[in-house]
Amino acid sequence: MNRIVQVVYVFLILIGLGLLTGCNDDIPWNDPYPYENPKANTLYSAFNEQPKHLDPARSYSSAEWPIIGQIYEPPLQYHYLKRPYELEPLTATQLPVVKYFDKQDHEVSEDAALESIAYSVYEIQIKPGIYYEPHPAFVNKYLNLTPEEARKYRKLSDFKETATRELIGEDYIYQIKRLAEPTLSSPIYGVMSRYIEGLKELRETLVASGIERVEKDLRNFSLTGVEEVDRYTYRIRIKGKYPEFRYWLAMPFFSPVPWEVARFYAEPNLNTHNITLDWYPVGTGPYKLTENNPERRMVLVKNPQFRGETYPTVGAQGDKELGLLEDAGKPIPMLDKQIYTLEREDIPYWNKFLQGYYDVSGIQSDNFGSSIQFNPQGGILLTEKLNEKGIRLQTSIAPIVYYWGFNMLDDVVGGNTESARKLRQAIAMAFDVEEFITIFLNGRGQVANGPIPTDVFGFEMQPALKQKNGEVAKELIKEAGYPNGLTLYFDAITSGNPDEIAIDAWLRKQFAKIGVQMIARNTDYNRFQEKIKNGSAQVFFWGWNADYPDPENFLSLFYGPNGSVKFSGENTANYSNAEYDSLFEKMRVLKDGPERLTIIQKMVEILDKDAPWVWGFYPKTFTLYHQWTHITKPNGVANNTLKYVRLDPNLRAEKRELWNKIIVWPIVLMMIILLLLILPAIYRYWRREHKGIGGI
Amino acid sequence: MWTYLIRRLLYAIPILIGVNVITFALFFFVNSPDDIANIHLGGKYVTEEAKKDWKMAHGYHAPLFFNATASGVNTLTDTIFFQKSVKLFMFDFGVSDSGRDIIQAISERYLPSLLIAIPTLLLGLLVDITVAGLLAFFLGTYLDTLGIFLCVVLISISALFYIIVGQYLFAKILLWFPISGYVGGFDAIKFLILPIIIGVVAGIGSGARWYRTLFIEELHKDYVRTAEAKGLSRLQVMFKHILRNALIPILTGVVAILPLLFMGSLLMESFFGIPGLGSYTIDAIREQDFAIVRVMVFIGTALYILGLILTDISYVMVDPRVRLT
Repeated sequence: MNRIVQVVYVFLILIGLGLLTGCNDDIPWNDPYPYENPKANTLYSAFNEQPKHLDPARSYSSAEWPIIGQIYEPPLQYHYLKRPYELEPLTATQLPVVKYFDKQDHEVSEDAALESIAYSVYEIQIKPGIYYEPHPAFVNKYLNLTPEEARKYRKLSDFKETATRELIGEDYIYQIKRLAEPTLSSPIYGVMSRYIEGLKELRETLVASGIERVEKDLRNFSLTGVEEVDRYTYRIRIKGKYPEFRYWLAMPFFSPVPWEVARFYAEPNLNTHNITLDWYPVGTGPYKLTENNPERRMVLVKNPQFRGETYPTVGAQGDKELGLLEDAGKPIPMLDKQIYTLEREDIPYWNKFLQGYYDVSGIQSDNFGSSIQFNPQGGILLTEKLNEKGIRLQTSIAPIVYYWGFNMLDDVVGGNTESARKLRQAIAMAFDVEEFITIFLNGRGQVANGPIPTDVFGFEMQPALKQKNGEVAKELIKEAGYPNGLTLYFDAITSGNPDEIAIDAWLRKQFAKIGVQMIARNTDYNRFQEKIKNGSAQVFFWGWNADYPDPENFLSLFYGPNGSVKFSGENTANYSNAEYDSLFEKMRVLKDGPERLTIIQKMVEILDKDAPWVWGFYPKTFTLYHQWTHITKPNGVANNTLKYVRLDPNLRAEKRELWNKIIVWPIVLMMIILLLLILPAIYRYWRREHKGIGGI
Repeated sequence: MWTYLIRRLLYAIPILIGVNVITFALFFFVNSPDDIANIHLGGKYVTEEAKKDWKMAHGYHAPLFFNATASGVNTLTDTIFFQKSVKLFMFDFGVSDSGRDIIQAISERYLPSLLIAIPTLLLGLLVDITVAGLLAFFLGTYLDTLGIFLCVVLISISALFYIIVGQYLFAKILLWFPISGYVGGFDAIKFLILPIIIGVVAGIGSGARWYRTLFIEELHKDYVRTAEAKGLSRLQVMFKHILRNALIPILTGVVAILPLLFMGSLLMESFFGIPGLGSYTIDAIREQDFAIVRVMVFIGTALYILGLILTDISYVMVDPRVRLT
């Protein structure tokens, strides 16, 4: 017992010491970054989903791209300010030069008939003088470690020597080959093998070779679809014509990976200590990852080898007035460091933001009421509490569309019969999406009038929003042959969202407007996906997050050969319409311009009539910034925007100190209460002891 | 005693196998290997070929329990269950389904878990025993009645409520502690104090009530009356005699949970952003990482069995009348 008391005593002393260390005049007690200089040029933000893959061949998640987007540099990027979104060169000297060829290898014009184009060649020239972040993979002696030597290294920093080397075209080629590497299971291999010549064959060769990854040097395996022209130039050969390929060139999948890095990380004894490319990325970008601790925090620090870039000098209309061009022409990146901290729960995250320990924040539903108010005109305002802290709000429409889909293979709601079409139209007419946004999203969404979100080319060609009309809807359902209503099954993913029951009730109400009885069959994500894949869903709710900001990415969701059940594609409604498919094939290969717009208009009109979806909404992102964070522009498709962020760390340190002064008087109060509790006990004991035998 | 221990350790093997079979069956009852591949491949543009490759790379390509295409003993050994289980029983925990070394993760996470769990246990014991002792000391008085009432109130409140109120009061209003987070080294203390205080307070109700019962049971024994008759003060009786005897069931109860402290606290770690083994398990369940779930259940079972064995041993140590045969 005495030992236990001693241990507890020592622990209490440690607590006391810990508190004393926190009693620094400049640093508040509740500062969650005790090792960081409060006046350092560092951005603090949070993540709630742990990144799993940082290898650019494997990573395909919104939890990972904000990190690797600052490290890896594909040849292209999105312009930070311009809208609609626009591609521009990043490491490339210019946008790729695309040439088209027929079966006889004769060059044909871009406007040649689609059938006559056998393949397209993308020639990409990268800028010379770009260097990788310092890394041990570029030190020759580390490339041929014996297994025993490798076992000694437990983390990357155990390698004392680092070096760098220049970025060359071959590094991009190496990464494209990695997409076919079977052990990496790249999520885009399936899509890319349809377009990049020889990728499928390379995969088969790699599988047949049966060699473990450690022994593979992909330079020894040829890929017919890529070619090194000179040190800084490479070509990619694409089957047929696929203009959207240029967007893929702005994604981390097409970033450079030097062969030395692949060789370095291929040593199995390093992998057992998580020393892999999936854990320690190597890039040429403005930042390098210095701490990868996904269960706690991720730290990005300025890459000393970064070549330097400048802030854009032109933007979209209104950007100048908002102050978004104040830094035009200035060197970027502007921050020295970013610390992302894991915050699983909303309450600590929100309070740390209010205390000034996070520089930016979203708004969770629970905090919406205390953060946002609407003026009589419907304008969005911050509450007094946030205004007092100088917090600013920015909203933007994300390139995402949510929808209620009909399974077109279903006997009741699917098919091209007039009856089924009218049934779908009736449901679409009955759904009050605006009400849904108001009730369940606190107004954070824009009612969709088609599949293409705002800021994406073609949005303006979608028909105007239809006025919801219950009478028209009732008439349509009668015409559909259901004057007495019918029963429909609704499928969605069980999210654990407390609103789920209320959402189902709201849906029942919408269906009930036209006499339809709805039965909800919510399941987990896996079962839901299974239902979509095998076509057993009837009406369902889902969304699509753009891979790239081109109408093709959204309109392909209705393309027949992309059907989910028959072709395992992303057309979850299994919609099929010959006229639409033919227009899609034309639109897909056209350049942005009036002709493309006209076709998009026709396509959306067909969709509007056939109603395979009830148009849902485009979610609106609300972001809060502290007064020390300079205005930034939300960008729904770019992942490398950290380099444009600027803040005033001195103002932040000042405000943190001001907002986090501890309140001491409750300690005295608590002691008095404790004393008041103890006193009667002492008195009671004293009385008892002085009463003698007889007790209490 | 050694025979007893060896026998108990041998009993542990079928228990571990049984738990492993149940975990495996339950997990794959709701998730097929295709589902796991889907989740890890991101859900978009996932082809059958990609799923096949992923399953092959992660050892999920074989049938679950019985391989009808194999012959002889291979029908049982060329299965996911056998391949994964054999490694587990050899203590080769391998890598998670996202490709990260599990042993390394455990070695990095057990310390934060213990840094919360051990002080919470020790301080909790001290506080609970003190409160229980006081309640027993003032048995039958209004102090005892009030104390019992407060204990019942404390028991009735959910652990989540303690966390939310604790964070609100001490981290948001009074600004004494960081509301969440963790750093290594000595500065970890300021992140640990609040979860420890909350852990201790949340446990007072049940702990004090239980220990009070033990004290009261001792109060009516003959040796107490003898001690009082000898003229010892009530305080001396309490601390010299009653406490020592009441500690036997308390200590053996504590020994049973000691090994489980390693597994961490699911709720506390999650709310306070402590990167321990509790949050590791929760994340694995949420991300359907079967490799981690299987290992953590295995370790949890092994530690539970160890706790029970230690309890038996501790009985022998604190009570000479008990013999293990």
